[in-house]
Amino acid sequence: MLIDRYDPLEEEMLNILDKNGKIVDPNLEPFIENDNLLKMYQTMLLAKVADIKALQYQRQGRMLTYAPNRGQEAAQVGSIAATDKNDWLVPAFRELGAWLYKGVSLEQVFLYWYGNEMGSKFPEDVKMLPVSVPIASQLNHAVGIAMASKIKREKDVAIAYVGDGGTSQGEFHEAVNFAAVFNAPVVFLIQNNQWAISVPRSVQTKSKTLAQKALAYGIPGIQVDGNDVLAVYAATKEAVERARNGEGPTIIEAVTYRLGPHTTSDDPTIYRDVSEVTEWEKKDPIDRFKKYLIDKGLWSEDKDKSKYEEYENYVGETFKKVEGSGFVPLEDIFKYTYAEMTPNLIEQYEEYKKHIGEEGA
Amino acid sequence: MALLNNIGALTHALDKEMERDSSIIVYGEDVGYEGGVFRATVGLQEKYGKDRCFDTPLSEAAIVGTAIGAAINGLKPVVEIQFSGFVLPAVNQILAHAARMRNRSRGKYNLPMVIRMPYGGGIRALEHHSESLEAIFSHIPGLKVVIPSTPYDTKGLLLSAIRDPDPVIFMEPKRIYRAFKQEVPEEDYTVPIGKAKVVKKGSDITVVTWGALVREAQKAIEEVEKEGISAELIDLRTISPIDKETIIESVKKTGRFLVVHEAVKSFGAGAELISIVNEKAFLHLEAPPTRLAGFDITVPLPRGEHHFIIEPRQIAKKIRELVKF
Repeated sequence: MLIDRYDPLEEEMLNILDKNGKIVDPNLEPFIENDNLLKMYQTMLLAKVADIKALQYQRQGRMLTYAPNRGQEAAQVGSIAATDKNDWLVPAFRELGAWLYKGVSLEQVFLYWYGNEMGSKFPEDVKMLPVSVPIASQLNHAVGIAMASKIKREKDVAIAYVGDGGTSQGEFHEAVNFAAVFNAPVVFLIQNNQWAISVPRSVQTKSKTLAQKALAYGIPGIQVDGNDVLAVYAATKEAVERARNGEGPTIIEAVTYRLGPHTTSDDPTIYRDVSEVTEWEKKDPIDRFKKYLIDKGLWSEDKDKSKYEEYENYVGETFKKVEGSGFVPLEDIFKYTYAEMTPNLIEQYEEYKKHIGEEGA
Repeated sequence: MALLNNIGALTHALDKEMERDSSIIVYGEDVGYEGGVFRATVGLQEKYGKDRCFDTPLSEAAIVGTAIGAAINGLKPVVEIQFSGFVLPAVNQILAHAARMRNRSRGKYNLPMVIRMPYGGGIRALEHHSESLEAIFSHIPGLKVVIPSTPYDTKGLLLSAIRDPDPVIFMEPKRIYRAFKQEVPEEDYTVPIGKAKVVKKGSDITVVTWGALVREAQKAIEEVEKEGISAELIDLRTISPIDKETIIESVKKTGRFLVVHEAVKSFGAGAELISIVNEKAFLHLEAPPTRLAGFDITVPLPRGEHHFIIEPRQIAKKIRELVKF
């Protein structure tokens, strides 16, 4: 078991793919079908292109606030790829790669960031919750989903995402404790991207690692190289299997880096050194994975270039579609508050409808 | 038919509904083995097993947060917050998540869940055990807030709450948990959420209240009746969504309005009711619509609590004032 082999108290970290895309130890290399490797890579690439372009759109005044995920593609795709279709994804708000891999369309993601809740209504067969802007409280939803799965004697596992800042929240601890006590089939994936807006990881906790927090609750924790998609995959696969086999929750700390701002409203040049960013750029998860796939004969620079261009067009077209989607109909802002509109809501809705009818707005 | 008090009606309703619907789970602190500090869930673990009725870590946010997850994943959780004063750590879950999940997911995820909590004063309790926080939850779109005042309603409203697709805050006036008994039918019945009850008809004034004060208002009304004042008493039963119709209909008839509540006066449900009366029945009024409510203070500890509690004579006095206005 990998999870037992890396001691988070000693800051040991699982790493499989080095920064040149070479396998550090052949015994560690997880078996992943070629098609799946390609799906993982392409999802990461699409997330990257979508991210770069979304930032551009925002700067052009065409996109609202957006939370970029550049640099964290491996932590996201590596983890979700290790789950099954029937497993549940409980996101925080910065897991674009995971959402796309899970089957949420880019159009929906953009729709959400464009200010339309319809972007959070995922297809029936996509078992994913909407993004959670309150920090860490979504972890308890994942635990509840997992407890229900266990009570119903089903085998579905929940994977929940949280950032390094999220581990400082009370609910992080409540969720992990609850999950541990009830042996809930849940995996907590901490994306330690080093910064919670402008506050560094060192101000979040005195613990050497975030993974070691697991030990206080009597469950295993492992720190993995979060920019190494194979390491994230291998650790998550094991955690998901443990959960499915009734062995309970696991904490995985994916050590990664947010290359961009927290959101488009944030300016990271105020609080962090450019040299730090440059150092992390050398560990880019997509470059490493690409080299690995080229070495395996599954990919090439040419394919990469044409895929990148294809995605640029796709992202552009998708965004244009979203830009053309207009405003939500009046009824839409009323009708989802309760399963049935209350008399109060009907009254307010009718009154306003009459008003805009009269005003012609 | 069984003669039950409010607690008995709760247990009975939970038992019947768990028997009928295997997707219901009941949990919280001390809820499983002991059956809750007020024994509302007594016997359920023994009958339905630890998967369906269980104790949890002392962790209100997690109790409510996991209930949200369980509801999303096909179960119907009925969770207990031991005292409403302890709900505060879970308020983030209730306001930021439970109330919004349906809207946020555009109807993909309904949350058929109930959060039960004993509330209110009058039992000589510790600090944080006596507050009436119904206005806080009623202010939040997406939640329903229900308060029963009799064993019959407790069963009927709880069954409605469990079967409701939206999250329901079910607040139990603990002062009358064991105060009196009433015939509660064995068979399945529901009392609809969002419908107030006219407890007693009258023609001079409309008195609206809920929870433990329904009985106090009844006593007050009996007193003023001797003086020839005919008061109509309405038990609101659901604080949100509010039943405007019943209230307006009554005020149009009586021309006077008094709302009595245990919660502190300012920014409370009483203000909402008066606003409704003003908007919808202003021309029918013969006296200013009035609130009789708790003072805007932290509920005193037992040695001072009697000053805070609203008694029948205070209600009777207000009724007289308004009728003579």
